[in-house]
Amino acid sequence: MNFEFSEEQTMIKDSVSRFVREQYDFDTRRGIIESDDGISREFWTMFAELGWLSVPFAEEYGGFGGNVVDIAAVMEEMGKGIVVEPYASTVVVFGGLLSASTNAALKEQVIPSIIEGNCLGSFAYMEPQSRYEMSDVSTTATASGDGYTLNGVKTVVANGGTANKFVVSARTSGEQFDHSGVSLFLVDATAPGVDVKAYKMMDGQSAATLTLTDVAVDQGQLLNAAGGGMGLIEQVMPQILIGLSAEALGIMATLNTLTVEYSKTRQQFGAPIGSFQVLQHRMVDTFMGCEQTKSMLYRGLCESKSVAEGETDAVALAKTVHALKATVARYGKIIGEEAIQLHGGIGMTDELNIGHYVKRLMMINTSYGDGDFHQKAFNQLSYSA
Amino acid sequence: MDIKFSAEDVAFRNEVREFFAAEYIGEATTRLGDSQSTDYKSAIVGWQKKLHAKGWIAPGWPKEYGGTGWTSTQKFIYETERGLAGIPDVVPFGLKMVAPVIYTFGSEEQKARFLPRILNSDDWWCQGYSEPGAGSDLAALSTSADYAGDNYIVNGRKIWTTFAQYADWIFCLVRTSKGIRRQEGISFLLIDMNTPGITVKPIVTIDGKHSLNEVLFEDVAVPTENLIGEQDKGWTYAKALLAHERTGMAEVADSKRMLEGLKQRATTEINGGKPMIEDPVFQMRMSDIEMELMALEYTELRVFASMAAGGMPGPESSLLKIKGTEISQAIHELQLQLAANYGGALAGDLSSDELGHDFAAEARGKYMYGRAATIYGGSNEVQRNVIAKAVLGL
Repeated sequence: MNFEFSEEQTMIKDSVSRFVREQYDFDTRRGIIESDDGISREFWTMFAELGWLSVPFAEEYGGFGGNVVDIAAVMEEMGKGIVVEPYASTVVVFGGLLSASTNAALKEQVIPSIIEGNCLGSFAYMEPQSRYEMSDVSTTATASGDGYTLNGVKTVVANGGTANKFVVSARTSGEQFDHSGVSLFLVDATAPGVDVKAYKMMDGQSAATLTLTDVAVDQGQLLNAAGGGMGLIEQVMPQILIGLSAEALGIMATLNTLTVEYSKTRQQFGAPIGSFQVLQHRMVDTFMGCEQTKSMLYRGLCESKSVAEGETDAVALAKTVHALKATVARYGKIIGEEAIQLHGGIGMTDELNIGHYVKRLMMINTSYGDGDFHQKAFNQLSYSA
Repeated sequence: MDIKFSAEDVAFRNEVREFFAAEYIGEATTRLGDSQSTDYKSAIVGWQKKLHAKGWIAPGWPKEYGGTGWTSTQKFIYETERGLAGIPDVVPFGLKMVAPVIYTFGSEEQKARFLPRILNSDDWWCQGYSEPGAGSDLAALSTSADYAGDNYIVNGRKIWTTFAQYADWIFCLVRTSKGIRRQEGISFLLIDMNTPGITVKPIVTIDGKHSLNEVLFEDVAVPTENLIGEQDKGWTYAKALLAHERTGMAEVADSKRMLEGLKQRATTEINGGKPMIEDPVFQMRMSDIEMELMALEYTELRVFASMAAGGMPGPESSLLKIKGTEISQAIHELQLQLAANYGGALAGDLSSDELGHDFAAEARGKYMYGRAATIYGGSNEVQRNVIAKAVLGL
C-alpha cells in the first residue's frame, strides 16, 4: 500500500508545478484572460511540447499511456495556478470521450492532433433546460440519407469560444429524458449550420452557446453506436469528475496556504490575526476539509486502478466518485468563503487572487453536477432497496 | 497510488478473522458491549486472557516485553478486523497507557513487576490525571505528593476516573515540587488502590450509568519505588503517553460497523408507512456521515502508510481524533433519531425492547455517553489548538 505518485508521475507533476510558479503568475494570467483569445496559444504549444497533452492517450496514437492518477497529478497543479488554458475541456473531457470511443478512424484522425496541440476540443451536452441531467437531450439527430441532421441548442459549452471541435450529444431516438437514444457526434466548429456565440465565465474561462441548424453529419462522426451515447459518457465520467476534483484540491490547498500566511502577517489589535483562537480553529477546519478531500480523491484514484484490474466493482467506484464531487462541493464552499472572510476587505477585491481562486472553485462545483446532485446519486446507489 | 495488501498480509488478515470468528462468541459479545453488566469485568478479563494466550494482547508493545512483533501493516489490519467484528478494544489503561510509560521510562524492577501482570490482565489499571481544577489544562493539577523518607504522602482528588471501581492500580500525575513552569515539579506515580486513605466515589453519567468515579487521596503513603523515572519529570513521560493515546483514535472500522447497523435499522423503522431509509432527508443525513467516513478511512490509511514507511505519526493524528469522534457522534445522533420517542423509555415496567424498538435504549445510552468522546483524550478544542500550532504554525 502506498499513496505516493510514481517517479514518472512526480516528474510531470513537478514540471506543471514549476510552470505555474515560474511562468504563470497572477498578472500573466490576467493578461491572458483579457486577450482576444482568452487563452495563450504559446503556452498551449508549450504544453504539447512538454508532453502534457499526451498524458491520458494510448501509445498507439502517440500518447503517454497514462491513467487517472496521471490526470489528477497534472490537474492538481493546474488548479494551484488556476490555469485557464482548456486542459480539462480538451484533454480530460473531449479527449476522454474520444479515447473511449469505438470509432477507430475517428480516433486516429483526432487524438494525434490533440496531442500535437492543434485541436482544442469541447463536450457540448448542456441545453437550456437540462441543468445536470446528461440524458435530458432535446437536440435532435434526424436520419437523413447515410447520415443525420442535427438541430438544437447547446449552452454554457466549456471552452466553446476556442474549441475547433465538439462532441455533441443529440437524440437519435426516444423521448427527451430517455437514457437510451442519445448519440455522440464529432462536429467541427466551422461546419455549416453551427453558430457559436462565445462569452466569458466568472472564472475567466471561455464558454459558448452553440446553435445547430440543419447540421449535416455522417455515420463516421458517431463516437459509438447510435443511441448508446450515455454508456460512453458514464464510462468517462469518473475520469472527468476525478480530474476536476484534483483541480479543486489544488485550489483548496492554495487558498488555505494563502489564508494562513496572510493571518500571520495581518496585524489587528496589536497582534497577528492568526494568533486569535477563533480564527485558528476555523483555519484548522479548512485544513481538515482539504485533507479529507485529498483522501477522497486518493480513494477515487486507488479504486479506479482496482476497477481497471477487475478487483473493485464499478458501483463502488461510482459511489466514491459521487462522494468525491460532493466533498469537493462541501469543503470547497467552506474553504472559499473562509478565505474571503479571513482576508477581510482585501478579500473582496478583484485585485487580489483569492476571489479568482474562489470563482474557479464555484464553477467546478457546478460543472458536471453540483454537490447535492452527486449526493443524491450517491444516496440512490447506497440506500435504494 | 495503490491500496493493495501483500499476499502475506492477506493471509494474516484471514488468520485474524478466523481467530475472532472462532474465539469471540456467545454471551461474551453482549457482556463485553455493556459495561454495566455485573460480570463485565470477568468477561473482558476472560477475553483479554484469551488474547494473551494467543500472543495478541499487546500489538503495540516492543517484542522484548511481550509485543507481537507485527509490522505496522499487521497492526493496522488487526485493529480494522477487530472493529469490523464488533469486538471492543482491550481496556486501554494498563495495556495502552501505563505500560508504554513503564517500558519506556520505568526501572528494570518496575518492568519485571508490572508488565507481565498487565499482559495477563491480572491487574486492572485506571488513570489518575484529571482533577476538579485540571481538565484540558492538565498542568494545573494540584494533587500533592510530599517526599517523606521511603514514601510519598499523597493528598488530593482525581476525577473522571473510568472503571476506578474495578481497579487494582492507578497511575497518577502528582505535584512533587513547585517549579518555575507549572509543567515542572510533576511526577508520575503508580499507586496500589488498596492503600489506606483511598476512597472511590461513583459518578453517574447522563446515560444513567456508572463508569466514572472520583478518587480521593488522604495521606496515602506510596513507596518511592513506585515513582517512574525521575522525580519532577512526570510531565515529559505523560506527554509521550498522550501521543500514544491520540494515535488510532479514528476508529474507522468501529464507525463503519455502526453505520451498517444504522442502515439496517433504517430499513425496519417506519414513518408514514415507509422505511426511514427511503426518506430523502434521512438519506442526506446518512450520506453526510457515510461520505465523511469514506474520506476518513483513507486519511487513516494515509497516516498508517506514512508510519509503515518509517515515519512517525505526526500532528495529523490529531485530525483523526477530531474527525473520528465527530463521525461517531453523528452516527449516535442518527441512531437516536431513528429511536424517536421510543428511545426515551427507561428500562422498567415497559422497556424500549418491549415497545418494539429493541435498539432504542442502547441508542440513547450511546448518544448520551458518546458526548464524552469529544471531551476526553484532549478535547477537540485542544486538538484544534494543537493542529493550529504544530501544522499551521500559528
